[in-house]
Amino acid sequence: MSARRAGALAACAADAHAGTPAMPRTPGARLEVRALRKSYSSGDGARLVALEDVSLHAAAGEFVALIGPSGCGKSTLFHILAGLADPDAGEVLIDDAVLGRRLGACAFMPQRDGLLPWRRTIDNVTVGLSLAGTGRQQAHARARPLLERFGLGGFERAWPWQLSVGMRHRAAFLRTVLLGRPAMLLDEPFGALDGITRAELQQWLLGVWEQVGSTVMLITHDVAEAVYLADRVYVLSPRPGRVAAEIRIDLPRPRPPELLGSQQFASQEAILREALRTHAGLGSGFRAPAPPRAPAGR
Amino acid sequence: MPVRPVRGALGARLRHIWPPALVLIAVAVAWEVITTALSVSSTVLPGPALVLEATWKDRANLWPAMWATSKEAVLGVLVAAALAAVLALAIDWSRTIRRSVYPLMVTSQTLPIIVLAPLVVIWFGFGTAPKIGLVALFTFFPIAVGMVQGLASADPDAMALLRTMGATRRQLLLRVRIPSAVAQTFTGLKVAVTYAYVSAIFAEYVGAEQGLGVYMQASKNAFRTELVFGAILVTTLLTLALFAIVALLERLAMPWRRPGQSEVDW
Repeated sequence: MSARRAGALAACAADAHAGTPAMPRTPGARLEVRALRKSYSSGDGARLVALEDVSLHAAAGEFVALIGPSGCGKSTLFHILAGLADPDAGEVLIDDAVLGRRLGACAFMPQRDGLLPWRRTIDNVTVGLSLAGTGRQQAHARARPLLERFGLGGFERAWPWQLSVGMRHRAAFLRTVLLGRPAMLLDEPFGALDGITRAELQQWLLGVWEQVGSTVMLITHDVAEAVYLADRVYVLSPRPGRVAAEIRIDLPRPRPPELLGSQQFASQEAILREALRTHAGLGSGFRAPAPPRAPAGR
Repeated sequence: MPVRPVRGALGARLRHIWPPALVLIAVAVAWEVITTALSVSSTVLPGPALVLEATWKDRANLWPAMWATSKEAVLGVLVAAALAAVLALAIDWSRTIRRSVYPLMVTSQTLPIIVLAPLVVIWFGFGTAPKIGLVALFTFFPIAVGMVQGLASADPDAMALLRTMGATRRQLLLRVRIPSAVAQTFTGLKVAVTYAYVSAIFAEYVGAEQGLGVYMQASKNAFRTELVFGAILVTTLLTLALFAIVALLERLAMPWRRPGQSEVDW
């Protein structure tokens, strides 16, 4: 890690504890799906059911994780929530109201960072503002003070290829935060990262989220990540995707990184693993505990 | 500040230029030696020394010809690029237009444009305009195909992401599709400009008052073969210059590109 990046992250962490108000606070909304069903034609005429009667919710300001095997329809669910696809049946509600047009309602962060190669960092993170008609100067003025806190200080005018993988993800997350939507949909945001970067970003994500205050739904394959970040975890079954279990994560907030090595954490993780094994039929083949951890014990 | 990697740009360029330059010099030397040793008549095959000397002496006649042909070539490419842009955007925007126009556009490329040249002279006379039109006809296709393919090459994930932010179709076009098309547009333009001078000269062959085509024909009729070769040399150099200008514009148009990324170093 470069000294500059380390400094930026440290500043970010310090701010998280001091609770400075510079982070744009976005009060969360209640996000709910009811009896969602979605199938695709599989090409040879047969229907492939991706989601079968899925009902779940995230309370306002809650951090909810969705975990399940590949192909259980998690991404389909997110596409429906984000407005990219329509369900065959069921409805999506935000603050208990059915949304007519979902596109633009939630802030969506895809698996790939989605940075546009022809936009500099500052223009990439403000792309949502510019789509909404905010002037370039004004959008920049809003994003600029946040760059430092997102570990992007000094890279305002860098092109995407000049950023490290971790920086690209933080830029993508800043872009998501700057949308200022009451709910964020994070589709495996750390899936492609190496363990060290992932652990660093998870911790940093928590700090930012605690300040922003919006509702978060997170898709993950990583049991430890779900336990560390979420208030509640939905376990989805293999195709067709259904809600197989709902686990409340009984850990206090804020959650410092030391928590990862605690007995409390381990027992929560064991509960979730057990739920995955019994409900989702996943004894093995699941990603091992998140790689680097704080030293065990205290 | 963006990190601009320092590289030995000039050094790298020279390294690329040396091998073909040496081959060229070797060929020229061999050519000179053969024509001298076998005392070939200069009307049949003039040696390179004679070509250079005679061409330089005749520069007063060559300049206006170069200028006239350059005007036709450059304006022709510009007209082609403008038309290609309009058509490519229409094809990209509407599925109906794509279905109805794109196949015709590809088919039109099979037309022997050469046979159109005399007709164009009949219709539009001996002036500059029909030459520009013919150059545009010749160069339109690669530019249009590059643009259409470039627009279609836009990353669907990026499009989906911007749609979730509430982007309209027009915003997607301006912010994703058009920037995605720049690289392939320039590829098309580079192919097109290599035809530009050749097609302008061809158009002049059919009937013109001024230009390199006229100059070549007049030189041939006067049995000044060395001047025909001189005009060929000048055409090559002008085409290379036009290519270099397009390559430079490409670089300026895409400052976001990683140095060395899919760039044919010339």
